[in-house]
Amino acid sequence: MPRPIRVLVAKPGLDGHDRGAKVIARALRDAGMEVIYTGLRQTPEMIVNAALQEDVQVIGLSILSGAHNAVVPRVMELLREKDMTDVKVLVGGIVPDEDAEELRRQGVAAVFQPGASLDGIVNFIKKTIEVS
Amino acid sequence: MKVAERQFTTISGVPVAPVYGAEDAAGLDPGQPGEFPYTRGIHRDMYRGKLWTMRQFSGFATPEETNRRYHYLLEQGQTGLSVAFDLPTLMGYDADHAMSEGEVGKCGAAISSLEDMEILFRGIPLGDVTVSMTINSPASVLWAMYLAVAEQQGVDWERVSGTLQNDILKEYIAQKEYIFPPKPSMRLVTDTIEFSARHTPRFNPISISGYHIREAGSTAVQELAFTLRDGMEYVDWALERGLEIDSFAPRLSFFLNAHSDFFEEIAKYRAARRIWALAMRDRYGAKSERSMKLRFHAQTAGCSLTWQQPYNNVVRTAIQALAAVLGGAQSLHTNSLDEAYALPSEHAVTIALRTQQVLAYESGVTNTADPIGGSYFIEKLTSNSEAAANDYIRRIDGMGGMIPAIEAGFPQSEIAAASYRYQREVEAGERIVVGVNKFQSDDHPIELLQIDETAARHQVEKLAKLRARRDNGRVQKSLDALRRAAEGTENTMPYLIETVKSYATLGEICDALRSVFGVHQETAYL
Repeated sequence: MPRPIRVLVAKPGLDGHDRGAKVIARALRDAGMEVIYTGLRQTPEMIVNAALQEDVQVIGLSILSGAHNAVVPRVMELLREKDMTDVKVLVGGIVPDEDAEELRRQGVAAVFQPGASLDGIVNFIKKTIEVS
Repeated sequence: MKVAERQFTTISGVPVAPVYGAEDAAGLDPGQPGEFPYTRGIHRDMYRGKLWTMRQFSGFATPEETNRRYHYLLEQGQTGLSVAFDLPTLMGYDADHAMSEGEVGKCGAAISSLEDMEILFRGIPLGDVTVSMTINSPASVLWAMYLAVAEQQGVDWERVSGTLQNDILKEYIAQKEYIFPPKPSMRLVTDTIEFSARHTPRFNPISISGYHIREAGSTAVQELAFTLRDGMEYVDWALERGLEIDSFAPRLSFFLNAHSDFFEEIAKYRAARRIWALAMRDRYGAKSERSMKLRFHAQTAGCSLTWQQPYNNVVRTAIQALAAVLGGAQSLHTNSLDEAYALPSEHAVTIALRTQQVLAYESGVTNTADPIGGSYFIEKLTSNSEAAANDYIRRIDGMGGMIPAIEAGFPQSEIAAASYRYQREVEAGERIVVGVNKFQSDDHPIELLQIDETAARHQVEKLAKLRARRDNGRVQKSLDALRRAAEGTENTMPYLIETVKSYATLGEICDALRSVFGVHQETAYL
C-alpha cells in the first residue's frame, strides 16, 4: 500500500477564524490523508519547521485576515532556504484575484477562494502529489 | 427525487412538517409584547415607540480614516456607531510589534494608545452618540481609553451610553481572539461589570455574543444555548463578586446572528427572550423586569455571503435583516455585498444601510408589535428551540459550568461537527447555495476597498513619536501599579484608566497583564 499523503494545515498570522481550516483538515482526513493541524497564530518559521519535522508533502495555509501578502512570501522564502521546494503550498481564504496571481508567481501551487469545493481541493492534492 | 424521500429541514437540520395547525401550537400561548417572559418582544409598542438602532460595524486602516467614515455614516442617517478594531488591537499588540506585521488596519481600525482613540472620536460627541466596541480580551483597556476621551470632551461618565462586546467565553468557543487564560479573563470581565454598575449606569459593559458561534458553523440551537449559558456564567461571576442581581443584570446585552433560515431565526430570538426571562426570575431571583428583558443587537450572517455573484448578497442580507426585525432586535447591522472579499466600500455600506431604512420606512412591518406571533409554525418552532437549547444548558450545568465545558472542548467539538456536516451537505448538493453550487454564472468584478501598508507605516511612526514625547516615568509607575492590582483582587479598572491616561500603549498594558496572568494556549478540536 502506498504511503498516505501527509498534509500540514496551518493558520498563520493573528486571524482566529479557523472554521475553514478545520473543515478542510477533516475533509482531507476523510479522503485518507494524514493531516497535522498546527492550531492558531503560527509564524512562517513555526510553520516551515513543523513541515520539516512532520515530513509533509503539502502545506495548506488558511488566511482570512488579508495578511497573505506578508505571510505567504515569507513561507516560500523559508522553504527555499531549507531546500524544501518539493513541498507543495496551497493557500485558502479571502485572497483577491490579483493577489492570488502574485502568490502563484511566487510558487504557490494553488489558491482556493471562498466557495471552492472540498472535493476539488482533495482531487487537486491527489493529482499534484501523484505526478511529482 | 420522490417527495417521500426528500428531507425538509431548516438550515440547522431541524425537520419541518408539511403544514402546522392549531394542534401544534396548543398550549403555546406566547402572551403579550412587553409582558413576561417577553416571547413577543420586550416592548408593548415595539418599533412604534422606538425603531431599532441602525448601527453599521465599521473600522479600517488608521483612526483618522475610520473617523472620516464615521462622520459619513452619521451624515447618511445612521443612528449609532460600532467600532471594528484591527487584529493587533484585538490581540493586545501595538502596531509596531513583530506579530502585527501585515495585519495593521486590515480588519479594522488600528488603536495602540489613547492618542489613537482621541483621533477615532474627533468631532463625535460621546454624550449624544451611542458607541458599540467590538473588543474582547483587551476590552477593559479600550473601555478605559473611551472613558478617558469622554472625560476630555467634558462628558460625565453617568451620561455615556454604548456597548462593550467584552465576551471572552465565546472567544475560547468560536472566534479565538483570546490573550489570557479563562479565569483571569473572567476576572477582568467581572471588573468591568462591577465598575459599570457603579459608574456608568447607561453603558452595557458586555454584549454576550452568539454571532461568532454561529459564524464558526454552529446550528441555531447551539448559538442559542451556548450564548445564554455564557450569559449565566457572567452572572454567576458577578454574584460571586458580591453584586446584587438587579444592580447589573439590566445592563447585560446580547448579540445574535441573523442567518438565512427565516423562520428558524425568528423563533430563535423569541426563544432567547423566553429562556433568559425565566432564568433571571427563577434561577437568579431577579426582581426587576429590566433584568429579565433580553435586549439584543443582530448582525446578518457574514458566513452566508458568497464570493460568487456578489450582488445576490444584497438580497440575502435583506431577508436576514427582516428576520431580525420580526424577531424584535433592538439594534441591527446589515452586511455589505462585498464583504465576502474585503471590508466594505463606502458605496456597498450605503446600500446596506439603505436596506435597513427600506425595512423601517417602506415595508410596514414596524406598524404593529410582533406581527408574526401566533403563527402555528412560529410558536411550535419557538417552543422546540427553547427545549433543545435548555437540553444543552443542562448538559453544561452538569459539566460544572461553561469554563469546564470549554476546557473539555465540548462547545468547540459540537460546533466543528455541525459546520462539517453543513459543508458536506453543500458539497453533496443537498443544500443549495445560489451562484455557488447551483445557478452558476460569470461574475462581474466589483470595486473593493484596498488597504495597503501606508496605514501601518503611519501608525508605527505615530507610535514612535508618542513614546518619545510622553512622560515615561509616569507610564512605568502606572504599569507597576496595574501589575500589583492584577496580582491582588482589587478592581483593575481605575488602574487601567490611569495607565491609558499616562499614554502607556495597548501593547505595554497587555504585556503587564500577560506577566501576571500568563497566556492561553488552546487544544484544537477538529
